Amino acid sequence: MAQVQERSDLAVVIGLEVHVQLETETKIFCGCSTEPAAEPNTRTCPVCLGLPGALPVLNEGAVEAAVKVGKAIDADIPETTEFHRKNYYYPDLPKNFQITQYDSPICQDGELECTVEGERRTIGIERAHLEEDPGSLAHQGGSIDTAEYTLVDYNRAGTPLMEIVTEPDFRGAAEVRAFLAKLEEVLEYLGVFDPERDGSLRIDANLSVVDADEIGADGEIDEAVLEGANRTEVKNISSHKGAEKALAYEAQRQKNAVERGREVEQETRHWDESRGITVSMRSKEEEKDYRYFREADIPPLQVSDWKEEIEIPELPDARRERFQSEYGLSEEAADKLTSTKQVADFYESVAEAFDPDLAATWVADELLGELNYRDMAITDIEERFDEVERLIELVDDEEITVKNARETVLRSMLDDGDDPDTIVDREGLGKTSGDEVQAAVEEAIEENPDAVEDYHSGEDGAINFLVGQVMQKTGGSADPGDVNGLLREALEE
Amino acid sequence: MSDSPVDPDEVEHIAGLARVELSAEERERFADQFGEILSAFEALDEVPETDSEPELTNVMRPDEVRDSLDQAEALRNAEETEDGKFKGPRVS
Repeated sequence: MAQVQERSDLAVVIGLEVHVQLETETKIFCGCSTEPAAEPNTRTCPVCLGLPGALPVLNEGAVEAAVKVGKAIDADIPETTEFHRKNYYYPDLPKNFQITQYDSPICQDGELECTVEGERRTIGIERAHLEEDPGSLAHQGGSIDTAEYTLVDYNRAGTPLMEIVTEPDFRGAAEVRAFLAKLEEVLEYLGVFDPERDGSLRIDANLSVVDADEIGADGEIDEAVLEGANRTEVKNISSHKGAEKALAYEAQRQKNAVERGREVEQETRHWDESRGITVSMRSKEEEKDYRYFREADIPPLQVSDWKEEIEIPELPDARRERFQSEYGLSEEAADKLTSTKQVADFYESVAEAFDPDLAATWVADELLGELNYRDMAITDIEERFDEVERLIELVDDEEITVKNARETVLRSMLDDGDDPDTIVDREGLGKTSGDEVQAAVEEAIEENPDAVEDYHSGEDGAINFLVGQVMQKTGGSADPGDVNGLLREALEE
Repeated sequence: MSDSPVDPDEVEHIAGLARVELSAEERERFADQFGEILSAFEALDEVPETDSEPELTNVMRPDEVRDSLDQAEALRNAEETEDGKFKGPRVS
């Protein structure tokens, strides 16, 4: 029986298996479309239905996407990589096996840097391999244990997946969340992943607690210690937030067990999102039960030279640094402007047309701020980038005031869907011409001799009153700073 | 009991993986037969190993959509269906 230990003596060790759907036109081994379908079983063919004699042929697009991922995580693409059959009898795959990669995955020994609470962390990636997604099961008339029967839709079966397996390098749930956000960001930049797609990211996590003394100052842990610790595999996690919650829960559950002198059972647990807990799953097959063997229908793949041939776009970290050096942006602004590829691309096009600082203010502060306030994403206004650029142009040409642009035009664009020129006309926001302002200044001086006298006797507050009068006369479309200057000029004459 | 290298418990385990129910008599009988099958395969150990280069590598197709089966066709072999889906027993 384990010794009763103090809470502070325990540390958490986590490793991840992240499944991401690769964005391709077709499935990994057949030409069926991967577009979501309205009707079940309308994206199937003899290959993905596992009909006898059907021959799977590997999708070049999926291999290219895998090589891109490999480059982005700085992984080795081995000379030869092969496919295997993972045998299990479950109707989510109709063949009774899954085509996957076993001992020669397409990406090996990579890493990904992320930032956790301001600290850079490098997470080792043991491997990343290609495989086919199973179909979708619906357990009818109860939960998985009590259902009366099962309905199966194979539309998803055969969608290309990449399983990314990390080293046990995480020391807490917050690190996992930061890593997943970073991974998604990189995959999105590569154009191989759509986070909006239902089920595009699924996570299994291995978690154990060990004596905190076993972890070195650099976060290293002895392999033998890790081997000796019982771990649980937590399945059914489908988001960053879910991962943080599930793993914080599971870490606490294991710590509580150890503190009470109980042993953590080595088992598979299911994250129940609605209840916010992990529950024990009856243990399924062990690795040897999958009876992996070579998939003879898929000849070996030799694509190590693709690593040189395939270009990948500039990744977020590099772009962030370039934004700082090239456009002179602060770290904070560069962070915001590289948060997604769409934002960064849009910023660059604006920075090219106008001044980089003006572009940064309008994209990072005004636009993202207003979008955020409305729970909208940059992708929601992708079709209207030209309108946003027009708004910035109106400001840049001093045709409208910054205040009006920000508080009236941009907000109305987002709330009512109008274009900036329409709003400017409707609200009469066009900056009043110099002559009109000058006329209003003269009128205000004429009509308010008391204020003029006060001004001359040194009461500086009087100028504010006069500015207010001019603003009123021009319907708020004059620039208050300009008016102030014009008034002082006129009064000194 | 036979002196087969495969015992009935192992047969039961394999049957479990394949979701097949066996009687006690079948477990015994298959244990013997598994043994025979394995020894037949042992003959392969006599074959000298050769390093053969695979004739084919990089067999791939372009990422282009081809027509799928329609739903009725996809479901044609299914014994039972419901709402356009294959229907089967509970699978916990």
